[in-house]
Amino acid sequence: MKRSNAPVFWLLFGAGGMLSALLGTALVFITGLAAPLGWPVGTGVTSYARVLALSQHWLGKGFLFVVVSLFAWHAVHRIFHSLHDIGIPTGTPAKLLCYGTAMALTLIAGASLLAIGF
Amino acid sequence: MTAPARTSQAYRRSMSGWWNRDPFFVRYMARELTAFAVLGYSIVLAVGLVRLSQGEAAWNGWLGAVRSPLGFVLHAVFLASMIVHSKSWFEIMPKTMPMLYVGGERLSAPAIRRTGWIATVVVTLAVLAAAAWWPR
Repeated sequence: MKRSNAPVFWLLFGAGGMLSALLGTALVFITGLAAPLGWPVGTGVTSYARVLALSQHWLGKGFLFVVVSLFAWHAVHRIFHSLHDIGIPTGTPAKLLCYGTAMALTLIAGASLLAIGF
Repeated sequence: MTAPARTSQAYRRSMSGWWNRDPFFVRYMARELTAFAVLGYSIVLAVGLVRLSQGEAAWNGWLGAVRSPLGFVLHAVFLASMIVHSKSWFEIMPKTMPMLYVGGERLSAPAIRRTGWIATVVVTLAVLAAAAWWPR
């Protein structure tokens, strides 16, 4: 019998869901609203020097990679499993589009972080 | 095999707008819709990493896009969605996680929810503090 690959996707969904539930609000608030407004954190939080330093440290690099990729795997899995509810067939094209998006984001994030260097 | 022809003209209720019929369905749809914000934020960050790897001018371009009115509205929607996601994630967690026993008693659903929400608040404050005090 062919082994199912479903548990892998559910695991990524769960891990990404937990990470985004715990961290999503804080990250969106800081990078999208607080830093641009300069309150309650300074605009320097997202300055080139600081973010570059974060992305060059192995810990920061790993953190950024995990956030971008797991958020993506969580989201596409949830969207894929909701398609049926709104009357969209969940065939191979939908599956490829959903999980392909997450794979593309994972590769883009990984390649950029590698290009930035250590 | 072809589908059998419909022999009766019995009334069939349309499925369109089904999520408006019950507050439970509305909450379900709101919970599922948060995935678009999580995906959108992941895309915004991935683009940011690409721009970061291209140098300071490219990074500042990304910052400018985030700071634009459209970027601001987008992140406000992301923020609201993340809060809904966080709330609902721990709301349904008692049903999605394996049963846990503490001292011979099954961990109650309210205890699981409260633990998740408190953890979110603690993590959020910790990340904010780290961002505010990060050495320049």
